[in-house]
Amino acid sequence: MGFLSPPPVRTLPLTGEEPKVVVPNGNGNGNGFVSAGRKVAPSSLAIDRMAVEDLSIAYGSKVAVDSVSLPIRQGEVLALIGPSGCGKTTLLRSLNRLTELTKTASLKGRITLDGDDIAGFEPTSLRRRVTMVFQQPNPFPMSVFDNVAFVLREQASRRPRKRDLKGQVESALRRAGLWEEVKGDLAHPALRLSGGQQQRLCIARALAANPEVLLLDEPCSALDPQSTKVIEDLIVQLREEVAVVIVTHNLQQAHRIADYVAFMYLGELVEYGPAEQLFGAPRQERTREYISGAFG
Amino acid sequence: MAVAQTPTARRSARDSSSSWRWTDRLGLAFAWFLGLLFLVVTVGIVIYLMVQGIRFVKPEYFVTSPSAGFSESETGGFLDPLIGTLQVTAMAMAIAFPVGLGVGVWLSEYGRPTWLARLTESTVEMLAGTPSIVFALFGVLLFQSPVLAAFSQKNEGIVFGRSFFAAAAMLSLIALPLVVANVREGLQAIPGHVREASYAVGKTKWATTRRVLLPAARPSVVTGAMLGVGRVVGDTAVIILLLGATLRINPAEGFLGEARGTGSTLTSFVFQNAPTGEANQPEKAYAAAFVLLSLVLVLNVVMDFVVRRGRRLTWGS
Amino acid sequence: MATETHHLDAGQRALRSDRRAEFLLGALVVAVLLFVLFLIVFVFREAWPSFRENGLLWFANPDDFDRQVEKIFMSANLLQEPVYEFRAWPIIWSTIVITTLAVSISFVSALFVSVFVVEFAPDWMRRILEPIIRLLASVPSVILGLVGVLVLVPFIGNHIISDDSRREVSYIISLSGYSVLAGVLILSLMIAPLMIAVFVDGLRSVPRNWLEGALGLGVNRWRTFWKIGVRTARPALIAGTVLATARAIGESIMLAMVCGGVGFAPNPKDGLIFFVEPAKPIPAAILQASEELTSPPMRDTIFAMASLLLFSSLFLSFAGWVAKQPMKKYGVRA
Repeated sequence: MGFLSPPPVRTLPLTGEEPKVVVPNGNGNGNGFVSAGRKVAPSSLAIDRMAVEDLSIAYGSKVAVDSVSLPIRQGEVLALIGPSGCGKTTLLRSLNRLTELTKTASLKGRITLDGDDIAGFEPTSLRRRVTMVFQQPNPFPMSVFDNVAFVLREQASRRPRKRDLKGQVESALRRAGLWEEVKGDLAHPALRLSGGQQQRLCIARALAANPEVLLLDEPCSALDPQSTKVIEDLIVQLREEVAVVIVTHNLQQAHRIADYVAFMYLGELVEYGPAEQLFGAPRQERTREYISGAFG
Repeated sequence: MAVAQTPTARRSARDSSSSWRWTDRLGLAFAWFLGLLFLVVTVGIVIYLMVQGIRFVKPEYFVTSPSAGFSESETGGFLDPLIGTLQVTAMAMAIAFPVGLGVGVWLSEYGRPTWLARLTESTVEMLAGTPSIVFALFGVLLFQSPVLAAFSQKNEGIVFGRSFFAAAAMLSLIALPLVVANVREGLQAIPGHVREASYAVGKTKWATTRRVLLPAARPSVVTGAMLGVGRVVGDTAVIILLLGATLRINPAEGFLGEARGTGSTLTSFVFQNAPTGEANQPEKAYAAAFVLLSLVLVLNVVMDFVVRRGRRLTWGS
Repeated sequence: MATETHHLDAGQRALRSDRRAEFLLGALVVAVLLFVLFLIVFVFREAWPSFRENGLLWFANPDDFDRQVEKIFMSANLLQEPVYEFRAWPIIWSTIVITTLAVSISFVSALFVSVFVVEFAPDWMRRILEPIIRLLASVPSVILGLVGVLVLVPFIGNHIISDDSRREVSYIISLSGYSVLAGVLILSLMIAPLMIAVFVDGLRSVPRNWLEGALGLGVNRWRTFWKIGVRTARPALIAGTVLATARAIGESIMLAMVCGGVGFAPNPKDGLIFFVEPAKPIPAAILQASEELTSPPMRDTIFAMASLLLFSSLFLSFAGWVAKQPMKKYGVRA
């Protein structure tokens, strides 16, 4: 074979026999990743909050997200999956316009929040309604209390007294499931918490802003399994109050906690659908290949 | 692909200051104001000095020695101060560079016992904060002692204590902290795996430092030396107290007379020709300041060049 | 085998040279430390007679500063008991006033300029401003002093000082333009670039994800940078301020040129005239008296002034270290 011929690409038979891809069926004894099974029953309520309409984002001339359309609903967890570099984090960051921090980024298409184009929003007010938790836990170098109170203090027109903030700080920490662990010493330096606690603190910090949409960028990738479980439970609880979008490259995690899943590949949205359907009976071959571990 | 070309950016409400609270907007305006003020003042000073310098500098100043006189035409040029500047700087760096390099290498690569390293760090930090006039006074104390008479001149049993040696030794203390800090920073910026790779092929620590680490840290080492030169060239107090700030270079008799003799530099020349100085010939002062500033400018450009070239060669973080 | 022992020898030799290198470098470090210790001890020892003779009155206010210096100097020539009486308040006060004003002015402007350079300046502005600041930091102080003497001092003398104010204080001091104001302005210009260099380094090394974290919560860029960036860079702010303060306290040449060189304590009670009164900070006083080192009592007095400078630089390093301690607790990297 001459080396000028294109590299071998794994293709699936298009007709005839079924592809030799083991498709998990969600009953717990399929192969590998779904053995844990779904964690939750489908959510009863679902309100459309955000919509991504034909969105394209490029860094310079490199297209990172290519004509993607998606709904984002409150009451459901939406997971963005796909191999690294597929544009899922870029898509997530565009939802609260953090992509604008990169000077070379340019954007086409529309994202709406409750029907209004977010491009017309003030970035700061948008980011209060649509807040973000990052891959690396990034608590500020302050005490636990000050971390959570940071947003509250910044939002207030006059600097509120510590006493008045206590209630809000406590409720945010409770919602993030951290209260019981830190209530004894709120002056504890945030950077001395464990990794899992730090990430929950970041979630508490985001919740303190009373957001309507919570964006999570691989929140568990730096954490141990124990902390991951705590945070996953938390995410599932939170979806009733806020719309949750989570980026993950961990398929088991997406399967455990997501109601809807969007699979992206090379910037394109390949498939979007309910988690059971996407994992159980994917319509697209590339989805099938990806969830069976063929690539990525 | 549907979007092959770069998607065109749409106008959207940016995080522009227009939406900020007025206090924040005021702060940003203040930052702009100060930035521009800095620019205007510095450029103003440099241009002013350049213009005045070019007005008053004459080619013959570079080749004639200063002499005593009453008018600007009688007092000659600044050949001796110019040579003095170069000579005292070279001598000071000949001390400060090797010592600073050694201390920097020790701090970064050896640094044991820890208490000694801590002590050294704070001592170097303290040296950086010590006024040069204190160094100058200490130099007077040191070089006027009979033990060190060999470094200057002796007259009827009294040690003069002023010489290029004395000035250079004390000036080296000014440059030392800068050399140490930059050498150390440069070495510490080299990732650990580079050292390990060198040990892995059987090189000793010393060989690694000399043949691998120091060449890799060269931009920082050069930067440190340049910053040191900059400080030494610009110092005046040590020169006035320890070099004599005489009109001309007066070599001593005997072995290494030049280095044991007295002289002056461009800085002391400017000081003495300013209206507050003894000579009070502002035009000469402008001319010498112009030459001194040009030296500093050249030094800056060279340093910029070295740093920029060094950046190309560093490891990605 | 022959070759094996040869290898072994080479290895041992390398090891031995390794150990020797470490020893030599260590010895160099110890030598430097001893030298500095020597410096401190000797300066304080020379200064001792002046402190011993005057006691705490050393820090008091004299009737006429320059006269007393004259007396000390002359006492060596007159074959009498050396005179040590010295009251240093005017030069201490001048140093305090000029340093405090210059450091405050340059701290505020350096902080804003560094925040501007690191985060808010457009690229073209940053590309001009950074080399300009570096250049300003390396301009020799004598050159700034020259500009001060030939431009700023005449300007103050001709345009800022009114005849009324001249008359008002004429019974005690004459106003010429050589003043606290000239010293403070030029000193600020001198130390601000030093601060900016350290501040900018500190602000640049603030982890990006802390800033993004705050932006992601809907805090605007200005407040994010001040609340997270500047807060995190506080150790650098302290380091830069300590460095610049040390330089300000120790500046001799430039201040000797533009402050007037009169042993006078500027009086805040004079209102705005205070700023245009002359002053004589400690390093300038030392420089002006340096020709009188030949007189033993004068020499001790001069070293006493120098030891005060040396003490303040020791104290500054220590104060900077102390100020950084509480920050370590919350993980702000020093």
